[in-house]
Amino acid sequence: MSDQLTPIRLHELVYSVDGRRLIDGLSFEMRAGSRTVIMGPNGAGKSLTLRLLQGLMEPDSGSITWGEPPKHTVGRQSVSLVFQRPVLLRRTVAANLRHAVAVCGMRGPARSERVEELLAMGGLEALGRSPARVLSAGEQQRLSLVRALAGRPRVLLLDEPTANLDPASTLAIERLVNGAHEGGAKIVFVTHDRDQAARLADDVVFMQDGRAVETGAADRFFSAPSSEEARAYLDGRLFVGGDG
Amino acid sequence: MRRLALLLSFLVTVACQASATDRFIVVQSTTSTQNSGLYGYLLPKFRAKTGIEVRVVAVGTGQAIRNARNGDGDVLLVHAKAAEEEFVADGYGVMRFDLMYNDFVIVGPANDLAGVKGLKDVTKALAAIASKEAPFASRGDDSGTHKKERALWKLTGIDPTKGSGAWYRELGSGMGATLNTGIGMGAYILSDRASWISFGNRRGHRVLVEGDTRLFNQYGVILVNRERHPRVKAALGQLFIDWLLSKEGQAAIAGFKVGGRQLFFPNAK
Amino acid sequence: MDDIASAFSQAVSLVLAADPAILEIVGLSFRVTLSAVVVACLIGLPLGALLAVKAFPGRTAVIVAINALMGLPPVVVGLFVYLMLSNAGPFGVLQLLYTPTAMIVAQSILVTPIVAGLARQVIADLHAEYDEQLRSMGVTATGAIPTLLWDGRHALATVALAGFGRAVAEVGAVLIVGGNIDHVTRVMTTAIALETSKGNLSLALGLGIILLFMSVLVNGAVMGLRATSGRVAHV
Repeated sequence: MSDQLTPIRLHELVYSVDGRRLIDGLSFEMRAGSRTVIMGPNGAGKSLTLRLLQGLMEPDSGSITWGEPPKHTVGRQSVSLVFQRPVLLRRTVAANLRHAVAVCGMRGPARSERVEELLAMGGLEALGRSPARVLSAGEQQRLSLVRALAGRPRVLLLDEPTANLDPASTLAIERLVNGAHEGGAKIVFVTHDRDQAARLADDVVFMQDGRAVETGAADRFFSAPSSEEARAYLDGRLFVGGDG
Repeated sequence: MRRLALLLSFLVTVACQASATDRFIVVQSTTSTQNSGLYGYLLPKFRAKTGIEVRVVAVGTGQAIRNARNGDGDVLLVHAKAAEEEFVADGYGVMRFDLMYNDFVIVGPANDLAGVKGLKDVTKALAAIASKEAPFASRGDDSGTHKKERALWKLTGIDPTKGSGAWYRELGSGMGATLNTGIGMGAYILSDRASWISFGNRRGHRVLVEGDTRLFNQYGVILVNRERHPRVKAALGQLFIDWLLSKEGQAAIAGFKVGGRQLFFPNAK
Repeated sequence: MDDIASAFSQAVSLVLAADPAILEIVGLSFRVTLSAVVVACLIGLPLGALLAVKAFPGRTAVIVAINALMGLPPVVVGLFVYLMLSNAGPFGVLQLLYTPTAMIVAQSILVTPIVAGLARQVIADLHAEYDEQLRSMGVTATGAIPTLLWDGRHALATVALAGFGRAVAEVGAVLIVGGNIDHVTRVMTTAIALETSKGNLSLALGLGIILLFMSVLVNGAVMGLRATSGRVAHV
């Protein structure tokens, strides 16, 4: 399956707020076809990175390119973002999906078909008529995830989607993510959960203080991290030292 | 989209209903004439005879004349002779005709502080009110009634505005509101008889001074000049005026009674 | 006290007798005011939403102006519309003066700033909540307006009711542009003013009670609609 949006290259990205550099010369590359997990301590800039990737924010300098030959812009519907806390419209579950599908430009019978598919994908068929806001946290996040898949995105970004969920819901989300991956989507997944990262990651990007400190294959990262910061993080220690 | 179409057709229907009858005229007149009930009695007779609907806009005299100057009426029917003659002289009206008269009365509280009850000379009554500084509620709105009141004060040689805010209260209001407020204040009020007879909130007030010929209140009717405002319905308006001035119309005016009492006295020439 | 008691009994007997004169007046009141509220919503809701989502130079000035116009005195609006529709004015050719249409125009002008100003606040709050999500889905600020309007429909229904309340209660505008002509442009408020000027205070008060009652019915109907659409879903 040709994948025009990968590899994704971030080059010397800088993003400041009130003079503080939250993203400070961020550079790394994500290859085609794999599941990349971004990890790092709080304040590392992981969520910001996802937002920069999706174009919700503009970097002060630096570039993001997609694919080979490199493109600088990419359609919003090709890159979907799932937030940590789902924001759902004040409508039924099915109506939320209809809205997402309509935004992707689908009309008529194709629209309802796609809604049915997404409901089934998320295991939400029985809840189609329920108001989205009365769903449990796990159900809401499943809805949020299948909503993000409405337009069959080439890249799926997820910002700690299971941080607030119980183990069963967490597994359900991971299954959905893997399903999307098997369907051909590039996965970029931010998480704090070591075990989740170990389950999901093919590649790891370890960030600290707005920079990519270490990148590489997942199994090598977890067994023998090469940076002091990564070692401290995996051990559950705070790394203080060097320059911030 | 369909809802929008339904909405628009609803609005258009609303708009059209207003002009469903094209045979109508607008008469600018005063609230006191309207409140007396005269139009409720008179206009159905005219409509039965000619099929023309008469729509009365009843406002203060000044506003009625102003509206007619703007061409927002086909006929002007008020009781302020000097202003009416000016209206015609300025070219806004075709010609002024005497139509009918009624009279003004002075009403006041039962305790009659100024002791004016039964006086036949209105100037003596006003002088007594001023000297006792008894509360007097004036319309203060430049209406026909107000102009009449000012003319009467002039005859007494007293300037009541010196006591304005103290015993002389200028309300800037129509007849009904002035009566309501004045009665509430226990004040003397100059009112046209028609308004008083049909007024429902008299409490203890009663007519104290009447009959002086200077309390005479002349009504005039004028066709608005089509040459100033081409959209004036001159033909229909003229039909109305002709009817009012005719034997039939004049008899109808005389036939209007409230509580067994005739309110308006036709005097067209 | 006497007047008030008699007012209630007059109101009841008028309603029970289904007095045709009263029915005509009440019907016209509702036709005029509901039409005005519909027009005001058609203009004010999208306008308020636009002001909420789209930044443009001068936006603050527009918001301040609209909020100030919420306090437009009805009699001033009536005067303005009269001058526009008068035969001596620019739109005299339309011959709309002293018709219900003129009254709808005047009340629409009165109610639109209220709808726009309050809708702006409602939509701004929703926008703050939905903005990031909608942007990440590729929805532009203006493209989000229909979504925000629909999702905010319960709060916006209350906004419309506020506009309705303002219009159905006013007398200054409809009196000047309508002329309070019997059977043509007489509505509840002008009838109340008329009866008051005739000193028929308990009748005037009785009409006022009927007007209030009809207002309660309208508000109740809207609340009923909200309940049936499952309020708990739209917290």
